[in-house]
Amino acid sequence: MSILTFAIISIIKSVAVVFVLLTAVAYSVWLERKVSARIQNRWGPTKVGPFGLLQPLADGVKFIFKEDLTQPYVYKTLYIASPIIAVVFAITAISVIPFGNSITIGPITTQLQITDLNIGLLVVLGITSMGVYGVALAGWSSNSKYSLLGGLRASAQMISYEVSLGLSLIPVLILAGSFSLREIVNKQQHLHWNFFYLPFGTIAFFIYLISAYAETNRTPFDLPEAESELVAGYHTEYSAMKFAMFFMAEYSNMVTVACLSTLLFFGGWLGPVFGPPILQSLLPVMWFCLKVFFFMFLYVWVRWTLPRFRYDQLMAFGWKFLLPAAIVNLVLTALVVAWKPEIWLVH
Amino acid sequence: MHLILFLFFGGICVAGAVNLLLQRHPINSALSLVVVMASLAGEYLLLGAEFVAAIQVIVYAGAIMVLFIFTIMLLNAGEEERTGKSRVAIMLGVPGVAIASVLVAWVLLRHSGTGDVALFALPGVPHDIAQLLFHDFLLPFEITSILILIAIMGAVVLASKPESIAKPSAAEPAEQEARELVASGRER
Repeated sequence: MSILTFAIISIIKSVAVVFVLLTAVAYSVWLERKVSARIQNRWGPTKVGPFGLLQPLADGVKFIFKEDLTQPYVYKTLYIASPIIAVVFAITAISVIPFGNSITIGPITTQLQITDLNIGLLVVLGITSMGVYGVALAGWSSNSKYSLLGGLRASAQMISYEVSLGLSLIPVLILAGSFSLREIVNKQQHLHWNFFYLPFGTIAFFIYLISAYAETNRTPFDLPEAESELVAGYHTEYSAMKFAMFFMAEYSNMVTVACLSTLLFFGGWLGPVFGPPILQSLLPVMWFCLKVFFFMFLYVWVRWTLPRFRYDQLMAFGWKFLLPAAIVNLVLTALVVAWKPEIWLVH
Repeated sequence: MHLILFLFFGGICVAGAVNLLLQRHPINSALSLVVVMASLAGEYLLLGAEFVAAIQVIVYAGAIMVLFIFTIMLLNAGEEERTGKSRVAIMLGVPGVAIASVLVAWVLLRHSGTGDVALFALPGVPHDIAQLLFHDFLLPFEITSILILIAIMGAVVLASKPESIAKPSAAEPAEQEARELVASGRER
């Protein structure tokens, strides 16, 4: 493959993936409003288009045309930069996520992924860990008490739960023996999903899920934007498109978490495949999307079912329960795999 | 291409470091340090050390610097006050820095070979690093982790409440008096 074809294919893939991601973000908001309404016995958006399906579009237009207020007391550079930081890192994280096997169009065969790296998982973790700056700096640069408290809570919470999140993923790495997300999925053929590795994979999955909910600031861990105490937390002083950017960052982080749960614990794109070649390359993508959709639905379901933690409960839970559990799980997995590798490792 | 990228990341790194010193607000300085860390990760990537680059971003730029910024936000640190230019600093500091950098550059240029190394010839992938850490240098690695554990325990001891750890009799009389003042909450 010449460098020109490579560049063209990469650009096409990047544009397509970002387009799909942003559409998914817009429609997750719709899903959230719809499902929350049904949970509360309401209808949710119904007026714009059938089932309110055009509501995200209307919301987007509204955000663009709203007046963009910049309060005189903010630290202007960082105030403008922080939503950009948040959304850029949230979207970049999708670049190493594989969503299917490979596809052949004419003479060109390409992987259904923007780029496959040896250290894919670490790249995702690194990029998402940089996303904290968006939230923390937004809180600080707004120069308002509510925002500052929200930013402080967000950074403390994200640092605390990042530790158990990272430790919960190591058992998966032990079982797969690679950092490459594509490799990790390929090790889970024939329903050997990491989730089914009782009890280690299952425990790791639940620790990962709980920490990821805290990382994305979603209920029951949404203290950085607890509206009953902090108005809107770190984005209190933001309006119009800047506010929308924080929203986009939150939802694309949710999509990333859903993708990672699917890839690491639920076999990624693996599923029954049949039919002509083109169907064989598109069916895996469908399985992948279905699994991701399930996790997005779970996000919404949890948010509208569980109440919010108190702050001390949040910290005690993270440090005194989740972290020791993750460490014990990691040590036990390592011991068992080292003791009888032929049972645990599929090669 | 490789050279262009090297100069690009190196330029950002140096610019960030200079900006760190020039900025007067601690948050801006801390953010410049984040830029330095991230561009160093870029340089590691150019060397083929992708694992080290990822760890650099996760640990330094993503965790430690967030703690720095968290502390600055929490204490609401104000702008730095510039003192008048110290004459000693100019007389001794500037030539000192110049001599030190010339020495470092001279030693590096003299003792490093200028031969080429193929990309990925050096250990950089996770497998190589694991081999080095857990096989070739297992004992130093484990001892380092024990050192870090001791440091953590020291930090916990220092940060915990003084009355439960240090007996008042061990403290100096003046310090003890100050501690009693603080404990009773009286003002002078």
